[in-house]
Amino acid sequence: MSAQALPVEVAAPPVMRVEGLTMHFPAGGGVGPFGTRRWIHAVDDVSFDLTPGRVTALVGESGSGKSTVVRCLARLYEPTAGTIMFHGEDVTHLKQRKELLQYRAQVQMIFQDPFGSLNPVKTVEHHIERPLKIHHIVPRNEIHRRVLDLLSSVGLSPAQEFAAKYPHQLSGGQRQRVAIARTLAVEPTVLLADEPISMLDVSIRIGILNLMHELKASRNIAFLYITHDIASARYIADDVLVMYAGQVVEQGPTDAVLQNPLHPYTRLLLSAVPNPEAGLTGRRIQGRGEVPVVIDPPEACRFTARCPNVMDRCRTAMPRLAEVEPGHLVRCYLYPNS
Amino acid sequence: MTNREPLLRVEDLVVDYYSPRGVVRAVDHISFDIMPGEIVGLAGESGCGKSTAANAILGILREPAQMTNGRIFFQGQDIASMPPRAHRKFRWRHISMVFQSAMNALNPVLRVGDQFVDMVQAHERVSKRDALDRARDLLRMVGIDPLRVSAYPHELSGGMRQRVIIAMALALQPELIIMDEPTTALDVVVQREILQEIEELQRELQFAVLFITHDLSLLVEFSNRIAIMYAGEIVEMARAQELFREPKHPYTVGLMNSFPSLVGPKSMITGIPGSPPDLANPPTGCRFSPRCPHCTPYKTMVHPVLQEIEPGHLVACHLYGAEQELTHERASTAS
Ligand SMILES: Nc1ncnc2c1ncn2[C@@H]1O[C@H](COP(=O)(O)OP(=O)(O)OP(=O)(O)O)[C@@H](O)[C@H]1O
Ligand SMILES: Nc1ncnc2c1ncn2[C@@H]1O[C@H](COP(=O)(O)OP(=O)(O)OP(=O)(O)O)[C@@H](O)[C@H]1O
Ligand code: SF4
Ligand SMILES: [Mg+2]
Ligand SMILES: [Mg+2]
Repeated sequence: MSAQALPVEVAAPPVMRVEGLTMHFPAGGGVGPFGTRRWIHAVDDVSFDLTPGRVTALVGESGSGKSTVVRCLARLYEPTAGTIMFHGEDVTHLKQRKELLQYRAQVQMIFQDPFGSLNPVKTVEHHIERPLKIHHIVPRNEIHRRVLDLLSSVGLSPAQEFAAKYPHQLSGGQRQRVAIARTLAVEPTVLLADEPISMLDVSIRIGILNLMHELKASRNIAFLYITHDIASARYIADDVLVMYAGQVVEQGPTDAVLQNPLHPYTRLLLSAVPNPEAGLTGRRIQGRGEVPVVIDPPEACRFTARCPNVMDRCRTAMPRLAEVEPGHLVRCYLYPNS
Repeated sequence: MTNREPLLRVEDLVVDYYSPRGVVRAVDHISFDIMPGEIVGLAGESGCGKSTAANAILGILREPAQMTNGRIFFQGQDIASMPPRAHRKFRWRHISMVFQSAMNALNPVLRVGDQFVDMVQAHERVSKRDALDRARDLLRMVGIDPLRVSAYPHELSGGMRQRVIIAMALALQPELIIMDEPTTALDVVVQREILQEIEELQRELQFAVLFITHDLSLLVEFSNRIAIMYAGEIVEMARAQELFREPKHPYTVGLMNSFPSLVGPKSMITGIPGSPPDLANPPTGCRFSPRCPHCTPYKTMVHPVLQEIEPGHLVACHLYGAEQELTHERASTAS
């Protein structure tokens, strides 16, 4: 095993501040018993900062609200409540096309499916040129040079050769690199990566993680890394937020959260990760099901149905997210101040 | 394992796809066996031939795939040479399969219970009532409320649908269940619950499992022995813990080094450079040589064969054991 310590970064002020982000969707099946609309609470009261040169991971199971957070930050959705501050400006309710376009150039997304996001009949060069032209990043005569630089910076070399290829001539990992090069073209300050490796083959996943790690430092990008793979979050993230049923249940520096998980859900999640050292038999888990879809939730902890530590008060009131150690927040009545 | 007869023995299996681009040899002379009650894992990157091998064992290869070499013995009987109908009948009684993305394979307009009844009645003479009783028992075994026999698939979550599929695979009391990525689409917590259930059932009912996945860390936990496939070939096979502690083949080492860990010191990991070869035009000699940090130019010309380097530990790599010469077979397939 090749070992080389990952460098430690010094924190800068945040570029993006998310406060009380909330997104509700009307539930299907029309209106409820008293003629009221029913609502899916996809995201409730989520707050965090994104800082240049840092990776923040958002982890949680399917349906916990991760992608909805990302779509709100990319302003594909207008949040139901809360604020998104970008470079000190409130972008929560931006509506004008031009403003949104400008905003989205600086806050770019990387998607799960690198194939779906590329046009099969266009070359790699075409994909990377486009944003350079639309946003007038460099003079026309420098575009080709810049395309090659970008391809090299994501590890696609010889760049000249890759520039001429079509998406179907690339492997999954190479396609994801093209998608990343395209987002870098506009020199974004924030990158929102929604499960960027989950559709890639095991052997190439780590290369994309290493690339993200390198880019955050070399380009001082603030990364939001969405994943359900908590080990990969440990690998590249500085901070981690654990989501369950639309809420953050635990958040803090990655090492604090993963070495000393406090919330019963975080503990369940960690104990479920395959661990070749241990074997199945020695550490049975009691998970009892899946993340519920949250429709008009009662005042109660959303984890009660699956929680091994559930107490009476958990069923009658909602715990608050409270600081238990410096910078380490938990939403659970097992801890003071909740 | 004792020196009992193997339940399944795969001998020199070759499967070719006849595609417009030429012959794609998806499974290239693989051999292995599975003992009664044993869990054998099959791991490797996407496209290395895992599902194709499973389909060949079940005798359900479809055009343009063809089994062009090899024999498959089940309890000593050569099943691949049986006439198709006899093979099918034999298979239903002894082997079942959980297909890749099976979760979406349930019939959406049939209640869960009726799907059980249809399947059981297609192979055994039982009344609907008895078949439904069996369905309830099986659902209970995989952790689903027996009342759910009357549910439609869309009323169940992904994890519950996958449990139903596993229960159906158990319905005819097979001696071998082939599971192709049975939990890959599921969240880790649900995945672990289902694996625990399979393990418990397996201990109780003593069926053997061929478990296919690309997730090596999961396999190490779950199986007794593991075979690693690369570009159509088995390049290493060993007991799970031994493979984990002492992987020999550089590809296995690379795979092991592709997963960030949740424990231990944080260090940079490198994975495996490059990507798997095009099977329509594989590299000569060792297929892994273009990605291998160890192989010398001379050695890349020669095809290493799988050989036992320690008891029960098989490796196909020039770094271990005696030098290999090109066999006639290899020389002709490599051209
Ligand atoms: N546009 C929408 N309309 C209605 N409900 C939605 C919409 N988008 C998301 N939801 C619901 O909100 C919840 C959160 O979904 P989201 O896609 O954010 O989860 P996720 O954590 O990204 O899950 P996954 O890991 O499966 O991608 C789910 O219950 C989902 O069904
Ligand atoms: N119909 C086909 N025609 C030509 N080649 C095919 C066909 N189906 C599969 N192949 C090739 O056979 C090889 C083995 O495919 P197979 O589905 O067995 O791989 P796998 O190991 O199960 O992969 P995965 O992990 O993605 O499921 C692949 O390289 C694939 O390209
Ligand atoms: S608040 Fe209660 S139910 Fe919720 S996680 Fe904590 S102990 Fe469990
Ligand atoms: Mg999502
Ligand atoms: Mg497959």
